[in-house]
Amino acid sequence: MNNPSDTTTGDETGSMLTTPLHALQVALGGKMVPFAGYEMAVSFPLGVMGEHNHTRARAGLFDVSHMGQVRLHGDNAATALESLLPGDIQGLAPGAMRYSQLTNDQGGIIDDLMVTNTGDHLFLVVNGANKVGDLDHMQSALPGATTIEHCTEHALLALQGPAAVSVMARLAPGVEALVFMTAMAVTIGGADCYVSRSGYTGEDGFEISVPNSAAENVARALLAEDEVEAIGLGARDSLRLEAGLCLHGHDIDTTTTPIEAALNWSVPKRRRQDGGFPGADVIQAQLRDGPARKRVGILPDGRAPAREGTIIQDANGVDIGAVTSGGFGPSLGGPLAMGYVVAEHATLGQTGTDSALGLVVRGKSLPARVAKMPFVPAGYFRGQSN
Amino acid sequence: MSALYFSEDHEWLLVEGDIGTCGITEFAQEQLGDIVYVELPEVGRNVAQSDEIAVVESVKAASEIYAPVSGDVTESNEDVADDPAKVNADAMGDGWFFKIRISEPAELESLMDKAAYDALVAGQS
Repeated sequence: MNNPSDTTTGDETGSMLTTPLHALQVALGGKMVPFAGYEMAVSFPLGVMGEHNHTRARAGLFDVSHMGQVRLHGDNAATALESLLPGDIQGLAPGAMRYSQLTNDQGGIIDDLMVTNTGDHLFLVVNGANKVGDLDHMQSALPGATTIEHCTEHALLALQGPAAVSVMARLAPGVEALVFMTAMAVTIGGADCYVSRSGYTGEDGFEISVPNSAAENVARALLAEDEVEAIGLGARDSLRLEAGLCLHGHDIDTTTTPIEAALNWSVPKRRRQDGGFPGADVIQAQLRDGPARKRVGILPDGRAPAREGTIIQDANGVDIGAVTSGGFGPSLGGPLAMGYVVAEHATLGQTGTDSALGLVVRGKSLPARVAKMPFVPAGYFRGQSN
Repeated sequence: MSALYFSEDHEWLLVEGDIGTCGITEFAQEQLGDIVYVELPEVGRNVAQSDEIAVVESVKAASEIYAPVSGDVTESNEDVADDPAKVNADAMGDGWFFKIRISEPAELESLMDKAAYDALVAGQS
């Protein structure tokens, strides 16, 4: 067989960057691989499946310090940022956050990101692989009155899962009052942190921006809690895939618009009408006429996974698209995928039978169907008792 | 009398008479992590040494398995197809993949014995 030690993430770089949690991850037995220029743990001794299942059952701790944390300062930062993305930033209340995308002139997605109004400035979290380009883009495109601060002095942790709130309530009392997509400043173990109730797994959970000098201590404090296990990038990917969440560079990129990517919900009415962001004309036309292709969830009928790049065919064997993310879902107990198909095939069947597809795997067309996302029910805390 | 051989690609072949039972090694299953899918060859299929003969998948990736010797597939282990975790649990035993009627016994000389395979693994660990 192929060398089973080969990894599928990242590319070989001469000298890799490390996060403040690198030593801890190695000490925990992390299998270290290159990712976005950093050496990160793809898994720990628990294994991808064990870590995935643990996160959905209890609480998983992720080091996501490779991601870019950026602050935008200035009285008109929200208006300025709206010139680069189709989200509603001016309407973000203090402590609230939104998901959006930096677009290019073709309406394609340069990067997707979270934007939070801290009350004092805008706090952005962007993908690790794109952060240098994103900063350059914002530097050249934003007016001088909006200053851009790259927070290199902060690490980013994610604690995800149904037990996350119990753990956080012990270590950072007050955060349990946050609802999904809100954030607050809080002290953890004496360190000034900024915590949001958000994440990339489909579970309830928190993302914690913590000073580098305190990162290992906070991580160790969280890991000392009974409910918490360390989780690697492998499970991070299987969790987000089951949640139907996009990974930039795979499910979305500079050639896909938010409309093709079925992210219409992130483009509010005011921005649709007024435009004022790169590629607005393309996006407006797609909203009006429908896009030519659309991202959908895909469930193979059988047991074989269909991975990124797999050709998708219609019932007549005609090529209609390709898989952009695919693999095995431990919570689902079977394979799952996302991909783009010609728009007419992008719907669940009319009469209750799902739209039939063929996935070309190792020369054979395997039956599959269009499926709703998320594949696994979400656990977000929206303020009612769960 | 049985003899155990190993390939460079981390397959084992237990030869009894002219039948070889084939699986992936303990080292391979450990490197792959949790196995979620196994695709086995059809009984009756004829393969040449090094032909792609099976597929084993973890959550993250698919790995091809190559025929360690030429011959005809006489049996596929349906237990492993139904429960891929068996490969992790007992890669060298119950986690076997298929049996093959060996058509070119001379090809066995191109495989390694346990000592040589252990040395290979030590070099890769």
